Parts: sequence; structure tokens; C-alpha cells
Amino acid sequence: MEKYRIDTSKGLEFGIFTLGDHLPNPNTGEHIPAKQRINEIVELAKLSDQAGLDFFGVGESHQEYFATQSHSVVLGAIAQATENIKIGSSSTIISTSDPVRVYEDFATIDLISDGRAEIICGRASRVGLYELLGYSLRDYEALFEERFDLLLKINENEVVNWSGEYRKPLKNAKILPRPKNGTLPIWRAVGGTPASAMKAGYAGVPMMLATLGGPVSAFKNTIDAYREVAERSGFDPAALPVGTTSFFFAAKNSQEAMREMYPYINEGMKLTNGQGFPKQAFAHGADKRSVINVGSPQEIIEKILYQHEMYGHQRYVAQMDFGGMPFDKLMKNVEIIGNEILPAIRKYTVKK
Amino acid sequence: MKIVGISGSIVGSKTKTAMTYVAKEISEKYPEEEFTLLDLADYQIHFSDGRNYLEYEGDTGFVAKTIMEADAIIIGTPIFQASIPATLKNIFDLLPVNAFRDKVISMYVTAGSSKHYLVAEQQLKPILSYMKGQIVQTYVFIEEKDFHQKEIVNDDVFFRIERLVEDTIVLTETYTRMREEKEAKYDF
Repeated sequence: MEKYRIDTSKGLEFGIFTLGDHLPNPNTGEHIPAKQRINEIVELAKLSDQAGLDFFGVGESHQEYFATQSHSVVLGAIAQATENIKIGSSSTIISTSDPVRVYEDFATIDLISDGRAEIICGRASRVGLYELLGYSLRDYEALFEERFDLLLKINENEVVNWSGEYRKPLKNAKILPRPKNGTLPIWRAVGGTPASAMKAGYAGVPMMLATLGGPVSAFKNTIDAYREVAERSGFDPAALPVGTTSFFFAAKNSQEAMREMYPYINEGMKLTNGQGFPKQAFAHGADKRSVINVGSPQEIIEKILYQHEMYGHQRYVAQMDFGGMPFDKLMKNVEIIGNEILPAIRKYTVKK
Repeated sequence: MKIVGISGSIVGSKTKTAMTYVAKEISEKYPEEEFTLLDLADYQIHFSDGRNYLEYEGDTGFVAKTIMEADAIIIGTPIFQASIPATLKNIFDLLPVNAFRDKVISMYVTAGSSKHYLVAEQQLKPILSYMKGQIVQTYVFIEEKDFHQKEIVNDDVFFRIERLVEDTIVLTETYTRMREEKEAKYDF
């Protein structure tokens, strides 16, 4: 775990992330300029840092209704604006970027931030970026696997000799600068199914698991599959961090939290994904067995502790910044996390 | 409500003929409903490559988005080689897994012989169920002998077309109302 900068004695880590979506507020129709959106993301990271959160993530999506296509640049600004919080991508689509360049960027962010940068690599759920950046969708899987492998190799070796199909070979290539402590934590983003999680297990890399909806028990199966495969492949699962992400929103009580959160999720998903979030499925969010962490602070604490008991994971990353959620609500939620949720979670998960 | 008709083949005339009667029935009896007929022969549609339906361009994007915006879908299909045509299957492959959630779907099937009657039951319905459609269980099956010179010549077929259009609209109204009532109770 130390290799991935996780100190298990401190208990479950708590972070927040944004995909960097840039959507109109569904309640007012207001669509803030991209400049304001990016400034607010940096500001949110600052507030999260001040509130004592452990992690802040920014993702890349190359399509309409998004503003952080250049997520590493935004993370550079966040690195400068924050003091203690770990920062990373959520996620980096390594398939359509040169791993050398990605590593240079994140090693630099690591130096700016004094050793706080991480990379989470994903395959993208939308694929418009293939055409935009000049790649063939037919190489979707092969591109990811080859480039993710190369990125891991660069992380472990300052001098790299490598050849593959989608990039010219590297001969005694020095990839500089190096991160503050030699290596970066590099995670694989996983979309929920055991089959996808097993790929992270085969590679023996940390897994960041997106849990959009459904019961905690279903995702426990995915995490179990990941650890089983990692062990079978010769890695020690106890040394591999697992993180999960899910929708998050705290309010006075669960009715109010759900009433406030639903329009952002539903309308946001319609615009970014082409289908809304069915009310029937969102209603499950009120159940303590659901992965959706929406409710009163006390309900959310109980849910996260239940998830921790089931998953044995090291980090929870909340998604509340989605769908044009206005900044004052995000600010209020960071305050609730810092004042109420985080202290309770640490108290119950810290290893004595 | 938005009703989209699909004529699922780019060859032959029977399905197109049947769907033209369906279109006429809707425009005469239900002029307030918004009906669009997508005759696949009129479009250049790419094979599905797994992308989100919003990312297809041109005719492919138009057809996928039109179907996704529908409240009810009326599928017209011939039977080729004991199955639905590849052109129709490709339409399903372009769409998300839950594409037909909250949509009512009915079927008009044309075929060269009665031997094809169960194809819709055994091959088309499972796809529509998998994609979460609310299926109008009874479908209209129209054979070669019901057509003459690109017209339907069997009065019984007209009655069946009328009934299925009516059932489609009634069921769509019913499901929409049920869903709205249920969603209103969620309090969020």
C-alpha cells in the first residue's frame, strides 16, 4: 500500500471527483461560461483541501458539454492551488494519448504538488475522442492495453526500452522529470463488471471501480473477482488499493437530498449519454444497501461504513459535481463532508 | 405522443406496403399523434461499431436519435432466411441496451409463407424484451397471398392493422399514465 501512498492506519480515504462536465443547470437553464466552470473546479479542489479531504480528481472527455478535455492542465492549476490533498485524473484516457507525454505531464504535476499526483487510466465510455485525436475505434482495446502497459513500464524504469504496435520504439529513452518519490500511483479505472475488474487483477494494479447504481453486494463480487485474479497472477491483494466511486449528495434528510440531486443526474445523463437515470432505479438510493450515497450526513456515514465493511476498500470517491450542480451547493456539501462525514468515517475506520 | 414506424428491409415491397397502410390508419384516425415512418431503404446506415448512439453521424445518427425520442415504435419486418433482416438487427445494435425502456413496441410481420409465423415470437420479441420494451403481445402477420400488385387485398388484414394501431396507442397512453402516477409518488 505504501507504494501507492496509502496509509491504511489512517482509515478509509475520502475524495471527490468531477468528469469536468459543463452542463446547463437543469433547474434554471443557466449555462455558465467554460472559464467560470474551470475556475470553480479549481476552487472546489481548494475547498476540498481545506476541509481535509484526501483526494480530488478531474477527468477528460472530448465531447460537447465538457470543459476539462485538457485535464492535466487543470490538475496543474490545482496542484499549485492546494497544499495537502492528493490529486489525480478521473480518468485519463491513455488509449488516445502518448504514454510518454502523459507521464511527463503527471510527473511534473507531482513535482509542482510536492508528491501528490496520481493517474487513473480508463478506456472512455464515449468514443468521439478516437476520431478527434486521430485513432481508429477498431483498436479500442489493443490501444488501451499497450499504452497502459507502457505507462506502467515508464513508471518503474527511468530508462525505457520498449517496442509495440501503436508507437515507434523507445531505445534507452530517459523519461523525465521523475516524480518526487520515484514513482506515481497508477490505477486502472473499471466500469463495474467482474470481467473488467479482472483485467486490473491480471496486471496487479490498483483498481478504481465506478459504481453507478445497484446493491453494494453486486460490486463486492466485482472486487472479489479482482482480488482473486490478482492473487492467482502472483500479486498480493493486501498490497493493492481498491477505490470506489458513486453518486453523492448530502442534505437535511434523504427525501430532500434525492429531490435536490435527481434533476442534475437525470438531465445530465440525458445530455451526455443519451438516456436519463430512471426514477425507479434512483429510488433505490434511499436504501442502505444501495451504492448511491445520497441522504442525510448520518445516513451517508452509515452507508459508507457498510460499503467499507463489504468491500474492505481504501478510498471512496464521491461524484456530486455533475449535471450543472451550482457551486454554492457543492461548497455546502464539501463543508458537510469536512465537518460531519469525514470525522465519523475516520473514527470508525482508523486502525488502532 | 411520438410514434415512429420502421420499415425494416431495404429490399422487397410487402413490408413497405403494410407500413404505408399503418401510416394512413394513424394519420386518419389519430391525427393528433406525431408519426414518422423510417423506411430503411431511404437511408444509408452504417453497421454498428459499438459507439454511443449520439455519436453516429448522418443518416445513421438521424435514424438512431429518431427512434430514441419515440414513445411508441411500430416495427414492420419481412422474414429472411427464417429470421429478421440484418438491416433491422443492425438498428437494434446501434442502440443502448435499455433503448426501449418506457417505450411501447408493436410488430407487423410480412412473409412469403405461413411457415414463418413464429419467427417474430421466437426471435424478434426476445430482442425487444431484452432492450426493455413494452411489447404489444399480438402482432399482425401478413402473407404473400394477402398482397396483390403492392396492395393488400384481404379485408381481415385491414381489420388487424386497425386493431394493432389502436392497441399500440391505448397501451402507450396507459403505460405513460401508469409511469407518471408512479413517478409522482417518489417525492423527488
